[in-house]
Amino acid sequence: MSNAAENVQEQEIDLAGANQVIDKYLDMKGALMPVLQGIQEFYGYVPEPTVPLVAERLNVYPSQIYGVLTFYAQFHLKPRGKYIVRVCMGTACHVKGAGRIAGTLEERLGITHAETTEDLKFTAEYVACIGACGMAPVIMVNDATYGSMSVQKMDEVIAKYKAME
Amino acid sequence: MAANAENIKVLICQGTGGLASGAAAVAKAFEDEFARQGVEAKVGKRCEVVGTGCRGLCANDVLVDIVLPGQEAVTYDFVTPELVPQIVEEHVLANEPIAKKKAGPYYAKFLEKQQRIIFSRCGTVNAESLDDFLAHNGFTGIKKAVTMTQAEVIDEVKRSGLRGRGGGGFPTGVKWSFCAASPGKTKYLICNADEGDPGAFMDRSILEGDPYGLIEGMMIGAYAIGCTFGYVYVRAEYPLAIKRLQMAIDTCYEKGFLGKNCMGLGFDFDLRIKAGAGAFVCGEETALMASIEGHRGMSRPRPPFPAVRGLWGYPTNINNVETFANVSYIFYNGADWYSSIGTEGTKGTKIFALTGKVKHTGLVEVPAGTTMKEVIYDVCGGILNNRKFKAVQAGGPSGGCLPEAALNAEVDYDSLIKAGAMMGSGGLVVMDETTCMVDIARFFLNFTRVESCGKCIPCRIGLKIMLEILERITKGEGREGDLETLEDMAYDIKKSSLCGLGQTAPNPVLSTLRYFRHEYEAHIKEKRCPSNSCKDLLKFEVVEGACKKCGLCFKICPVDAVTWEKGGVAIIDKEKCTKCTSCYDACRFMAIE
Repeated sequence: MSNAAENVQEQEIDLAGANQVIDKYLDMKGALMPVLQGIQEFYGYVPEPTVPLVAERLNVYPSQIYGVLTFYAQFHLKPRGKYIVRVCMGTACHVKGAGRIAGTLEERLGITHAETTEDLKFTAEYVACIGACGMAPVIMVNDATYGSMSVQKMDEVIAKYKAME
Repeated sequence: MAANAENIKVLICQGTGGLASGAAAVAKAFEDEFARQGVEAKVGKRCEVVGTGCRGLCANDVLVDIVLPGQEAVTYDFVTPELVPQIVEEHVLANEPIAKKKAGPYYAKFLEKQQRIIFSRCGTVNAESLDDFLAHNGFTGIKKAVTMTQAEVIDEVKRSGLRGRGGGGFPTGVKWSFCAASPGKTKYLICNADEGDPGAFMDRSILEGDPYGLIEGMMIGAYAIGCTFGYVYVRAEYPLAIKRLQMAIDTCYEKGFLGKNCMGLGFDFDLRIKAGAGAFVCGEETALMASIEGHRGMSRPRPPFPAVRGLWGYPTNINNVETFANVSYIFYNGADWYSSIGTEGTKGTKIFALTGKVKHTGLVEVPAGTTMKEVIYDVCGGILNNRKFKAVQAGGPSGGCLPEAALNAEVDYDSLIKAGAMMGSGGLVVMDETTCMVDIARFFLNFTRVESCGKCIPCRIGLKIMLEILERITKGEGREGDLETLEDMAYDIKKSSLCGLGQTAPNPVLSTLRYFRHEYEAHIKEKRCPSNSCKDLLKFEVVEGACKKCGLCFKICPVDAVTWEKGGVAIIDKEKCTKCTSCYDACRFMAIE
């Protein structure tokens, strides 16, 4: 697991972005989730200093916010890589060898589920189902879906993103 | 539409499956080629590249339909950008379809037993175009509904016999009548698009391929119940579905189809998307509502049912995507037409997501009552690599695994439950002889354990203990009495859990124990995995008698651990082997142990 995450956290976080997100949803019923999702979209994760801000402005307890943040799989409290590699672990992918695909990823990048490489380039995530079962096994890199994966194809995809900035 | 019919159309599947196979590049290639050749000038007709929803046969993407005016569509499969110039030159310009590249007879067979009603717009119209939707019955259902009273609308849905497609199969009309009867002016309508079942993706295809159809179904529901605000709860793992639906909603607002006095029909309806955040339990209605309110997605005991006290304490009605999509068609064609399709207990069609070890994976829509065998063998072409069928998992993590003997079961709510599975959301995962049933039970239990909200003890702790036992068994450390403990715990958890997740989580264990007990026993007593699937029990040796010397294992091995020469038996170097199982999966003759 990387130490990069901790280094970054010591940096100052500019809260202007978070304030903007809150402004957008302030009058909405059930605003907490969209606000947190917006903050995550802005920073790439939910930085700790935004939690008291959200609590104060939406008038909810910080404990409720942490409750939500830790309950849902998609919230992240630490910085994540530029490329999020999601390996689908759904049933269809499982019977067609998703384990092998995940193994290849672990071997090539040295990270497993929910971990980020030191250079903040890749984050690995094993997800339940991304709904492209017809082409199992499937992975996603950010918003791009790659179907019918094999060990060789996995190598190609990783190499492609490694070569990218 | 008349002017449109004169166009040359290139229909390209732009669902997630299509895009993953490179549909965007193919679409661009067509546009470039049309421009380069100046096709429009040559044939005197406009050429249109249309991004459609999913056509169902995801395994053979990219699928491209060429529709020349006045002619039947010709389908090409596995289209690549390199193939595009040839198609344009020979087919579009010279009107000579390329026989070699056309989708084979299997495509006709794939469609033959299907009855594509809900999917009638998916794959034929531009998913993002409101005009295309309007040209295909769009919004005629809601227009008809508002000429009836609310009670008549509900009665129509009741008469159609539609049952909820989310899995439970509760009659939709009856559900609506509960919420309609609840006192108070503020009510909510929710569309559950949190399709979390691994192995099911029909909701995603509807959202991506026919978003307006869903909006119309929800409008009819809202009118019937007397509510003015609706949410679509979509899981965040579906970015394309969210994007398309949001675009459709925005367009509807722009044109006045949503909002105050929709389409001038005299009722108001607002619709908003709520993106989920990755929790399977949020598919359960009480957890889903908690999530919309901004809490952890934890279920609560019922009653009070949502129809009485739901979102923010107000009466709420929740239906699944496919259910709402069905509603539109009931109002296009009438309840009598709808109830003429299907079986006594299950009306209409059902969409299945066929995945796993079948030849033609994808989405199929068949009338209820079609047998499992027909779906797997006739529609989807049978088992991959001509291996032997072992089981089909129906109904996702809450369902069960059915063996070959149960293949004659009809696909309807009641016969599936009788056979020990359930319809669930409609995912069918086909397994062949290489799939270990103990491992599958472990897989599902691991999934439900991770996704349990943790509120009630039977689910939180019970599932964990069951999982530990299954893990031991797959590692070859099973003990006498394990199976009895598993069964005991399964029944207890089913009885005492708070919500549907816990009540159904042990089903995969129970159904595999019922039909495949011998596999469990082989693991425990002989420390052997009959399907050669549990890694810890695999030896990775080539069985000389069975090896057909084809060299497939040699070609696929990523670490060069297999030595093989043409005409010889392959040998696996155990030192080099990383036990990745590539060779085992590639072998068509079960020659690796």
